[in-house]
Amino acid sequence: MSLSATTAPPSPAAPPPDAPSHRRRGYLFNRLDLKYSPYLYIAPFFLIFGAFGLYPMLRTAWMSLHDWDMIGEHTFIGFDNYTALIKDDYFWNALVNTFGIFALSTIPQLLMALFLANLLNQTLLRAKTFFRMAIFVPNVVSVAAVAIVFGMLFQRDFGLFNWLLGLVGVDQIDWRAQEWSSWTAIATMVNWRWTGYNTLILLAGMQAIPKDLYEAAAIDGASPWRQFWQITLPMLKPTFIFVVILSTIGGMQLFTEPLLFGNGSIIGGNQREYQTLAMYMYEKGIYNLSTAGYGAAVAWAIFMIIVFVSLINFVLVRRASK
Amino acid sequence: MSLTTRRSRMAAATLAAITAIGGLAACGNDDDTPAEGEKPEKLVVDTFGEFGYDELVKQYEQQTGIKVELRKTAQLGEYRPKLVRYLATGKGAADVTALEEGILNEFKANPRNWADLTPLVSSEIADDYLPWKWELGKAPDGRLIGVPTDVGSLAVCYRKDLFEAAGLPTERDAVSALWPDWNGFHQAGQKYKQATGKAFVDSITAVSNGVLFQQGSDLFYDKENNIIADTSPAVKAAWDTATSMVDISAKASTWSPEWSGGFKQGTFAATFCPSWMLGIVADNSGEANKGKWDVAAVPGGGGNWGGSWLAVPEQSKYPEEAAKLAEFLTNATSQVEAFKAKGPLPTNLEALKNEAFLSYTNEYFSNAPTGKIFGESVAKIQPVHLGPKHQAVKENAFEPAMRAFENGQASKDAAWEQFTNDAKTQGVF
Repeated sequence: MSLSATTAPPSPAAPPPDAPSHRRRGYLFNRLDLKYSPYLYIAPFFLIFGAFGLYPMLRTAWMSLHDWDMIGEHTFIGFDNYTALIKDDYFWNALVNTFGIFALSTIPQLLMALFLANLLNQTLLRAKTFFRMAIFVPNVVSVAAVAIVFGMLFQRDFGLFNWLLGLVGVDQIDWRAQEWSSWTAIATMVNWRWTGYNTLILLAGMQAIPKDLYEAAAIDGASPWRQFWQITLPMLKPTFIFVVILSTIGGMQLFTEPLLFGNGSIIGGNQREYQTLAMYMYEKGIYNLSTAGYGAAVAWAIFMIIVFVSLINFVLVRRASK
Repeated sequence: MSLTTRRSRMAAATLAAITAIGGLAACGNDDDTPAEGEKPEKLVVDTFGEFGYDELVKQYEQQTGIKVELRKTAQLGEYRPKLVRYLATGKGAADVTALEEGILNEFKANPRNWADLTPLVSSEIADDYLPWKWELGKAPDGRLIGVPTDVGSLAVCYRKDLFEAAGLPTERDAVSALWPDWNGFHQAGQKYKQATGKAFVDSITAVSNGVLFQQGSDLFYDKENNIIADTSPAVKAAWDTATSMVDISAKASTWSPEWSGGFKQGTFAATFCPSWMLGIVADNSGEANKGKWDVAAVPGGGGNWGGSWLAVPEQSKYPEEAAKLAEFLTNATSQVEAFKAKGPLPTNLEALKNEAFLSYTNEYFSNAPTGKIFGESVAKIQPVHLGPKHQAVKENAFEPAMRAFENGQASKDAAWEQFTNDAKTQGVF
């Protein structure tokens, strides 16, 4: 084919005098188009990522090597911020709080989402679209609104939860005064807001599982329970991992809920019971003007932790799928 | 998996693009650079809470033909980070910027961010204000950074109906006579608690705030700005007085939902009211409780909570006109107008002697002569030195430790230790 194309005889009619150069220009344009337009098409993403993703990251790294006053002097101090960070009790406290709230929110949330997704995936269910929409609604509500409303529900004196507990004879709980209670309250907000979202992703994953697997299993006499364990769950693994990674990133960056839960106090509780890593970063980097460099170091520490946790996830998946 | 990541990346790019466009649109306003000596079309004023400037700004527009845009932020907590962003990026700050006493010092620590007002305002106005308030507006290097707006002279707001039910006097003079000192306040509270079984004051941190600013000596910092939180007698006095009153406290810390809800529920019968707090008490208590509140003197006499200055950022394109506007907003007539509108207490000596100010009564607070009450208490304010990180030490070390004790999370000694340790890290600058 290609051979015949290159040795095709010239067209019998004589071409106009300016045609060859014109054609050559068009050819050049086509070559350039083929070679460079794909880059042009994807350029906006990289430009925007460079300006709003990469540049802030590098700038933060640069800041973290300085004694940086937000509205004053900057002095280079090398890795001093990082060595101080390792010895900083409040940093470790924030880390423990973050993982505590993360565990309390992610584990029940994903189990719940799995349960709900399985329920929504039932062929017998009526008004499917309605339920699927309804379950997503909490995610649309603004996070500040959620935090304020839940903050009121978890109020000490006139809160709904304490009133309900009072009905069954449990004493008033000062939700903000202990670690377990504040973590539970904050995890409740996160769960309320994100369970529906994860349910929909898991549901999409479930619907991608071929139906004939279930039919074959049913013919072999497998119960729905067994089908769930031996078909749905293993086939759902990639989706599940995706959901876990998303929750990890969200959990490590938890900020608004605990901040508003504590009436905007950046230290998160009288004894920092629920100060998360992101809040600690804000306290050092933005609230305290003169320690912006240290705050930048906290930001990089958070980044490293997210990378680390995501890597663990990744390795676990690779191993599980082999 | 790859499809989902690609999709989420695309979503991220779209989102970033939208933010970028939004950001560009927001920046668009700042790009008009003025020609030399040109009269500004518009000046921007940044305030938090309520300064009562709405009407004054209109007057100024009519007098000068310069448009004034008033940007209000509800709470200082949101206002401060915005201001930091403006200063750190050198863009976006208003021409006239309000600075509160708690944050003034950390901004004073970098005076180059602010225009020196000394040559820009009339030289004679220096003597118009409370002398200590005027001095605080100066940076360590002698630059005049802010002109005084208001002070937060303290009084006690109390519920007449609840006092009556507990067998306490209800007339404001008799109530003031109950507590010449903090001990008297404590005893009145204990009487109230015995009679009703309910808490008397909103929180011990509110008490500590009152005591702290009456000492007239250095608080968390000494004059050289060394942190002295653990040895300062004023801090210790505030700590001891406040923690002793844990038995009459409703444990509802200021601004918490328990606190704002407590006004309607009558969880506590007394709270501390700087002049600017009156509007907040009225809002929180609602129309139903109108006429039930009254205003009495603060135990120990005097005391101050809050108060601000107007400053002109170095980045302002029209420092001269901005300084003129700041001068206008803080002159005697304007301060009286602002007080009548929203309650910030004048610092201009002439305004404090003004007939309209002194005869002003507050309808919500049983027609209490608030002009007279607060006007008299201004003279009793003891000027104190607040260090550069005063606000951070108070908010993130002093008060949390006190609340930990109040809630029974820590013993008094453990809480004190928590405070002194945290004060050291919070106080560094």
